[in-house]
Amino acid sequence: MQSLITCITAGSKAFGYLVVLGLFCGCSFIQPWVKPYERENIADPIMSFESNPASTKYMNHVFEAREAGRGAEGSAGGGCGCN
Amino acid sequence: MFHVNQQHSPRIAAHLLLLVAVFAQGTALAAVLPEDRSELLYHSYEGGGVTINGPSVLVRKQFAETVSVWGNYYVDMVSSASLDVLTQGSAYTEERTETGGGIDYLHDRTTMSLSYTRSIETDYEASTVGIGISQEFFGDLSTLTLGYSQGNDTVMRNGDENFSQPAQHQRFSLGFTQILTKNWIMSFSAETVSDTGFLNNAYRQVRLSQVGGLSTPFESYPTTHNSDAYALRSMYYLPYRAALRAEVRTYTDSWGVKSNNYELRYIHPYKDQWIFETKYRAYSQNQADFYASVFTEPREFMASDKEMSAFSDFTLGLGASYEVKADWASVFDKLTLNLYWDYMSFDYDNYPNKTPENTQEFGLGNEPAYSFSANVIRFFVSVWY
Repeated sequence: MQSLITCITAGSKAFGYLVVLGLFCGCSFIQPWVKPYERENIADPIMSFESNPASTKYMNHVFEAREAGRGAEGSAGGGCGCN
Repeated sequence: MFHVNQQHSPRIAAHLLLLVAVFAQGTALAAVLPEDRSELLYHSYEGGGVTINGPSVLVRKQFAETVSVWGNYYVDMVSSASLDVLTQGSAYTEERTETGGGIDYLHDRTTMSLSYTRSIETDYEASTVGIGISQEFFGDLSTLTLGYSQGNDTVMRNGDENFSQPAQHQRFSLGFTQILTKNWIMSFSAETVSDTGFLNNAYRQVRLSQVGGLSTPFESYPTTHNSDAYALRSMYYLPYRAALRAEVRTYTDSWGVKSNNYELRYIHPYKDQWIFETKYRAYSQNQADFYASVFTEPREFMASDKEMSAFSDFTLGLGASYEVKADWASVFDKLTLNLYWDYMSFDYDNYPNKTPENTQEFGLGNEPAYSFSANVIRFFVSVWY
């Protein structure tokens, strides 16, 4: 599992850069392929990465106070005084 | 990713240039501000001899459809009799209060954000200012965000009026979200954190065993700490109206710690008013270069904090959300009651269960490894208006 995660996460770095670079280089000829009228499912509240901001912020704090890993939680960080 | 030193500054410049280039060719579709919404949360953590609970209130309101302001009040009421506390002192209680606020300004498809947070304990004060910018483009299929925050802390030690040390934290974040298909969305996040100053706990001691006997000096950490984290998150809409969420994150820092975590989450609506959720999260890390459960000679840097040791943990979570549609709730656009329970289990590889009884039975440094479990409860009311 460890090697799988390492492989996936290494790929994630490449994914981020490639997608941004791809858009930079190719927006002029690649058109948005999901039309506005096709976004009903994506707009469903259950498809929100985090639905409840205060609750999510709290759980991020729970993990960050007990694990060395920090950052890239997907929501804003802040001073926690949890050292 | 990109540290704030000279070595990495060209990479920051490259990222900013890339951002400007992408902004310049965005398509003209308007973004939206976060919804007008308030959350009233009660949180509770109980495990490892520690109980932390308290309220959190988050309020957000739009003005003139271009400005959204928010405020947050958060309290941790701590009662601690953890292994560290019991072996180095006595149980204590304390309170941490955090207040914060921010403003988001929407212009066309760009959202600019400013926030301020202040946290106060009897022995720790922290202030953080954050700025951010978010841009939607490519027919609203793509969103790019950049963030920066700076925190200035003062670390104190109760019972020692002369002890006061500064610490500073800087965070740089980059996020990119892409709608891939009409059922699939993916997000990439990267964040660099750079700390300077007094970075260790002001109370924790290490065990130093030398020929002359056992002593317990205070921990000593380096005064700089840089870390990089990358995460990939994905959500998929299942054909019967349910969602699957997957997340993987990797972390490295200048203290020798590497960690990985992954999470799978399943969200399932039931009839009109219920949404159920279940998740599994796993985390593992190795130890910091300067961690030891027992030191045999004094070193410049010494840590015995269990968060600096090698360990793994997992979390099992269940949650339910119920939308109230009674007449009395019609004053709001929407009102939900939410209850989430998370069970956490920690298994330490080289952090010993160093009670005096274990030390006497097994010998110094040979105590069995420590483990504990915790229960985390979140109960909250959310209202939209």
